Amino acid sequence: MDELRIVAPTGVMGSGFLESSFAEALEREPHFIGCDAGSTDPGPASLGAGTTAFPRASIKRDLRLMLIGARRLGVPLLIGSAGTAGGEVHLAHVRGIVEEIAGEEGLSFTLALIHAEQDKDYLKEKLRQGRVKPLSPAPEFNEAVIDRAERIVGMMGTEPFTAALDAGAEVVLAGRASDTAIFAGIPVREGFEPGLSWHAAKLLECGAACVERRKTPDCVMAVLRQDHFDVMALDPELRCTPQSVAAHSLYENADPFLITESSGTLDMTSAQYAAIDDRSVRVTGSAFRPAPVYTVKLEGAEKVGYQSITIGSIRDPYMIRQIDDWTARLDERVRDRVMNVLGGELDEGDYRFDIRVYGKDGTMGGLEPVREIRAHELCLVFEVTAPNQEMANDISAIVRHQALHLPIPEWSGLITGVAFPYNPAHLERGLVYRFSVNHVVEPDDAYEMFPMEIVDVG
Amino acid sequence: MAKLGDLASLIRSKNAGPFVLTFDIMFDEPEVYRRVKRSGALGAEVVARLYDVPVEDVRFFFCDNALAIKASIPRPVIQGDPGDADGHGGQQFAPLIDIEIE
Repeated sequence: MDELRIVAPTGVMGSGFLESSFAEALEREPHFIGCDAGSTDPGPASLGAGTTAFPRASIKRDLRLMLIGARRLGVPLLIGSAGTAGGEVHLAHVRGIVEEIAGEEGLSFTLALIHAEQDKDYLKEKLRQGRVKPLSPAPEFNEAVIDRAERIVGMMGTEPFTAALDAGAEVVLAGRASDTAIFAGIPVREGFEPGLSWHAAKLLECGAACVERRKTPDCVMAVLRQDHFDVMALDPELRCTPQSVAAHSLYENADPFLITESSGTLDMTSAQYAAIDDRSVRVTGSAFRPAPVYTVKLEGAEKVGYQSITIGSIRDPYMIRQIDDWTARLDERVRDRVMNVLGGELDEGDYRFDIRVYGKDGTMGGLEPVREIRAHELCLVFEVTAPNQEMANDISAIVRHQALHLPIPEWSGLITGVAFPYNPAHLERGLVYRFSVNHVVEPDDAYEMFPMEIVDVG
Repeated sequence: MAKLGDLASLIRSKNAGPFVLTFDIMFDEPEVYRRVKRSGALGAEVVARLYDVPVEDVRFFFCDNALAIKASIPRPVIQGDPGDADGHGGQQFAPLIDIEIE
């Protein structure tokens, strides 16, 4: 094979792409279609609560076009990180959508499901063997962290994808996967240079993010040959330039030159970017350095507690100029009152009370270099995190009343110092989660953490 | 003298995973990029001071082929943890705008 054409319809399934761009991509007869469907970027709630960051309807819209296109051409469709976080519940959710579309469109195909949620006993065994290593920075990791985790997923490499194709899969739906692994497996297996294959995969996984000015999420195509690859957008209005393609390696990466994957490191230090025409770029010189030890990155989320928040605002200029003192006094009042009222049920350390002050340092907190307040009004968010929802609500009710009438020296008599736009003043946020793992496992092989199922659809 | 915000085509911050915050400073013109790089106004020490992290925790890069400068630091608060105010890390770049460039 002297040329391999790959299309990525969009950077994340559910974010959309132009049908006209995808039709143009299919005209160019790609050898396979790949799409990333997840990320940690939306936050820990998807992994913790088992939800998706995009609506079911938008995932279905994108998936329908991809399935119809892939089946019409008879080429593989590879999807990684199903349902945002790629756990069991997420994989099942997207599998349901795949089967629904197949039924509606009269499609039949062999589907591989690759599971990525990790067995807790397996992880404990690896931990005891000293084969779980921290990345930097990483929180503490021990058996208690594993037990507390709502869900831990492993990020698969290329190998489970190519194994699924070897097993006859026409559509591969994978749980949590390295974004690049979705695209790198096939070209490497076909004998293309690994550095170029992984670099092309890195560009593909974000869809049209590597263009000069992206209007909306859209398709991108890479054409791999023996000593280079070409990258281009499909929408005639989008342009890939040497700078835009080079700059894409910066996005969401800590290091713009080196990207660590399960089986090695993509090294873009010596990559060269040259314009082919005013819309396409040729890339040469990327390298891939195999890792001495195969590693699988873990992602985990655990419960923090139940939250209620109360939004309020302050317009009184006397209050605004002493807001730090006011919030400190409120904090003290609330803590006293909570212990008086709820002291039989909880200890001081069982709940959190935080105040965000928008108009002062709500976005940057202690890192905010602007210390004086330049606003004529402030927005306050009072945040309570407690062991259950009822307690979070009860504490929020205490916060509201204490905040409302907390005196300031400038005024004598009872004041009403905060404007609350909602009634009830608090909003229930339910269970909230946090990321609890930033580690890698050293498995015996690339497959043992990612069991595969082959299913006939339609 | 000019402010970095007036010279760059884009200054942005973003999560690089839940535990790392990364900053990109990008330029349209090679000579403007070279001017900022040569000025010495940007480096790991400046990022360490602005974001209150030890300088050894700052990863700092000049990316000549992308006309870009990049720095990465451990996230001040892990993404989504209680106390995190910026889930995507997208609004943490503002202090870079005012850096004075010769």
